[in-house]
Amino acid sequence: MTEHQPTTERGRIRIEGFEEAVDETDRDGVDVWDDDRRSERRGRLEDVWRRFRSNRSAMVGLGVVAGLVFLTVFARPLEFSTMGYTITVQPFSLAPHDPSEMYVGPANAGPSLAHPFGTDWAGRDQFSRVLAGGRFSLSIGAIAVALALLVGIPLGAIAGYAGGWVDELVMRLVDTLYAFPFLVLAIAIVAVLGQGYWNLVAALALTGWIGYARLLRGEVLAVKEREYVTAATALGVPDRTVVFRHVVPNAIAPVIVQATLNVGTVVLSAAALGFLGLGLDPSTAEWGAMLSRGRDSLVHGHWHVTVFPGLAIFLFVMAINLVGDGLNDALDPQGETVERRRR
Amino acid sequence: MSLANYVLRRVVVTIPVLLGVTAITFSLLHVAPGDPIDVVTGFQNVDDDVEASLRAEYGLDRPVWEQYLVWVADVLTLEFGESPVTGRDVGATIAERLPYTLLLGGSAWLLSLLIGIPAGVVAAVKRGEPADEVSRIAALAGIATPNFWLGLVLLLVFGVHLGWFRVIPPDAPLLSLEMLWFMLLPTITLGTASAALVMRLLRSSMLRELNEGYVRTARAKGLRERTVIWKHVLRNSLIAVVTVAGLQITLLVDGAVVVEQVFSWPGMGRLLVDAIGRRDFPVVQASVLLIGVTVVVANLLVDITYSYLDPRIRYDR
Repeated sequence: MTEHQPTTERGRIRIEGFEEAVDETDRDGVDVWDDDRRSERRGRLEDVWRRFRSNRSAMVGLGVVAGLVFLTVFARPLEFSTMGYTITVQPFSLAPHDPSEMYVGPANAGPSLAHPFGTDWAGRDQFSRVLAGGRFSLSIGAIAVALALLVGIPLGAIAGYAGGWVDELVMRLVDTLYAFPFLVLAIAIVAVLGQGYWNLVAALALTGWIGYARLLRGEVLAVKEREYVTAATALGVPDRTVVFRHVVPNAIAPVIVQATLNVGTVVLSAAALGFLGLGLDPSTAEWGAMLSRGRDSLVHGHWHVTVFPGLAIFLFVMAINLVGDGLNDALDPQGETVERRRR
Repeated sequence: MSLANYVLRRVVVTIPVLLGVTAITFSLLHVAPGDPIDVVTGFQNVDDDVEASLRAEYGLDRPVWEQYLVWVADVLTLEFGESPVTGRDVGATIAERLPYTLLLGGSAWLLSLLIGIPAGVVAAVKRGEPADEVSRIAALAGIATPNFWLGLVLLLVFGVHLGWFRVIPPDAPLLSLEMLWFMLLPTITLGTASAALVMRLLRSSMLRELNEGYVRTARAKGLRERTVIWKHVLRNSLIAVVTVAGLQITLLVDGAVVVEQVFSWPGMGRLLVDAIGRRDFPVVQASVLLIGVTVVVANLLVDITYSYLDPRIRYDR
């Protein structure tokens, strides 16, 4: 509305908001026939971002995530070696020592200036290991969730949109896999596939897609009854286009929130598997694997070996949860996150 | 739909899921790399005759579907065979470990309700106030803390430094005072994430109920606020806690696998992890199957309880 201006004309009734010019501009903004969809979508994203930005704890979470990503990227130089050539993508090294180099200091030394987080049983620098270890945890979280989305989104969308026996088949499979707790299923898959980075990612992706498929199917069931879907179908738009251009973009918001929260869950599970000795090799500088000897060190009083990698996991997962919570509020101001926290 | 009809329909839908669970568990052994017979012989070279007779003894010479049917028949009569690694009866091993996990899981569940319900009520009543914000951050922290790390830190503080608890379980029967005292730390470790979940869920469900007309009626007729909250609103909100029980079971099982390792608690989770380390597949198979079936049956019971408490749900699906 126009700004209220003090009127100097006494004794005259002034009705605001009905001037010709104001009327015109106002109606332009809400024109329902405006089919410039791209600008509308940008507007929606801007809206989400504006709401997200006004959420203080979510912004703190985003800052922590960005900080941790920065630290892990610059922890050690990134190099790719192919055919005798070494390409250095990132030459900086924030970590003072090579995380796998043994006896850079005395074994099991407490925190000191030379080794801020102390050293572990093999005299490796804990600070460097925690910094570099983020590479495993963060990349496993991101890749496993991305792969799970690649499987879960198409299956959920097709099951929800097609209905009938396709739906029955997919949902019975989902129900069956749901019978196994996330970690138990991941452990069983690791037992079958064997250990290693990509097997771990595969196990976490294979257990992760179920949640997205189920969630998206439910949303698609609601969205496909909407008028614009009926209109698109009536205009002869092929099913594939209807599903992936009209239905999925309108049903995806809860899946995005869930996927964000799941990056945290996956990092926790990967760390738990590492702790159990079923994830990456125990000598790897992965946050969970670093704790696999935590029990022994603890009994001998080497608290720093346990505390710092655990704090790193906690910090990252907490930050991701804050971001996910904020994203949920920004995408759907009425909803509640915890009900969506089904895996 | 009457309750009996609803129960019948839910049971019928559960049958294919149970079949799927057995199929997946069965295929675990057969997808795993390596020949099961190698595990039986301990990876030694044996005569072809001996191997053939072993194959016949374990039924490995028959087609896969026949092996599956035989296995399902065995499982239905609770025959799990014996472990090729330890030579002990798998069923007996599990029966020995199961009470430990049930007691630990049960007490963690109880703890999650004892903390989660009052905290959820307070957060809902004091919505937007500092108490609400603090409990929100606490709940997020509870979910974000790796349970194995929480267990290790509790052991460090209360076990190693203060010396209030032993670091490994005492050599005492399960239901002795020493054992129950030792179980306190694992219970707290396991119950934390669950409590956070209950608390957040109850808060959102209470907030929904607080907007209902009957709350205004109750207040208008002059009931004390405490009666309105604890008698009227909480009672209706608790249904949400029932629906989350199924999710809690999977959370507790996942947690138990890890927490039992931290505290050397001789339960099912430890059995599973040890068995995978020893490649003792019959034990892995039986434990995974037991967990899967438990979760399916528990979810069935949750749904039935829910539909009994809130009959509207029967028409929803």
